[in-house]
Amino acid sequence: MTQIKTEDYNVVLEQEPNAVIFSGSLRLNGMDEYAPIVDLLDQAVVQNSDNLILNIENLEFLNSSGINMLSKFVIKMRQKGKIIILVKGSQTIPWQAKSLKNLQRLMPSLEIELV
Amino acid sequence: MLQTFGNFLNDLPMPSEFLALEFLLDSSSLKQKWRNNGLSADFIADYFSTFFPGEPTKSQVKNAVSFIANELLENTMKYGDDSSPFPAKVSLYLTAKKLIFITQNSIKPKDIQKFQALIEEILSGDPNELYVQRLEENAAASDQNDQGVSGLGILTMIMDYTAEFGWKFETQKPEKSPIEIHLVTTMVQLST
Repeated sequence: MTQIKTEDYNVVLEQEPNAVIFSGSLRLNGMDEYAPIVDLLDQAVVQNSDNLILNIENLEFLNSSGINMLSKFVIKMRQKGKIIILVKGSQTIPWQAKSLKNLQRLMPSLEIELV
Repeated sequence: MLQTFGNFLNDLPMPSEFLALEFLLDSSSLKQKWRNNGLSADFIADYFSTFFPGEPTKSQVKNAVSFIANELLENTMKYGDDSSPFPAKVSLYLTAKKLIFITQNSIKPKDIQKFQALIEEILSGDPNELYVQRLEENAAASDQNDQGVSGLGILTMIMDYTAEFGWKFETQKPEKSPIEIHLVTTMVQLST
């Protein structure tokens, strides 16, 4: 599966560049409900273990369980070592400027680009 | 029994605006109801953003209110007593200098101590350090036992939204009811 589409959110896995694109509002109930998205992220790393773009330019909302899911993924990638992660976000979505810096604390090499 | 933690105001300043929602916590429809947290949070956020005309303030208020209201609503569903007929309530007050969120829900007696221990931990340490520590511990745990990080939502609100938290635990005995109910009220203050 390379995409998850629902009424509230979409998550799409793309190749060249290797990217996972999030949009909508992600407010799922706990880690169980986030498991399919974690699988998609893992699939992206299998596809290309050197570079990954997490595109959240159109992700309006992410609840704390979603922050937990992304944080856990980022820690796992830091432990892996060589992968370069770029998070592409939006300046017009206020939570991103507030909360994305926390991901960088977990993985200092993570790059953030707010357009 | 009445206990308070953190910054809990017993007397609220006079609000200029106010909105309250109530709902039942019965477990049978939790899965269906979960989505309503987001809908309610967006509604509350939209409603209050009206009082902050002009960008970027309007968008910032809307985004912050939506995040906080959603986290608080999720917590009432996650930690509320789904066997209690007592409805969960969420309300938001706008005062001269603050937005004040209040949620109230019943809680199972067995969960009280665990919740209070979490509160004590959050209030006594540096939230930034606790945040990283909790996430690292969780990442090291096996996937099978992954329950997520409890308190992560509260820590995020404190760190990223400079939210001030207070809690009140109380026991009430409603008329005609044979049993006591345990209630927790959560107060979140946000400077505007």
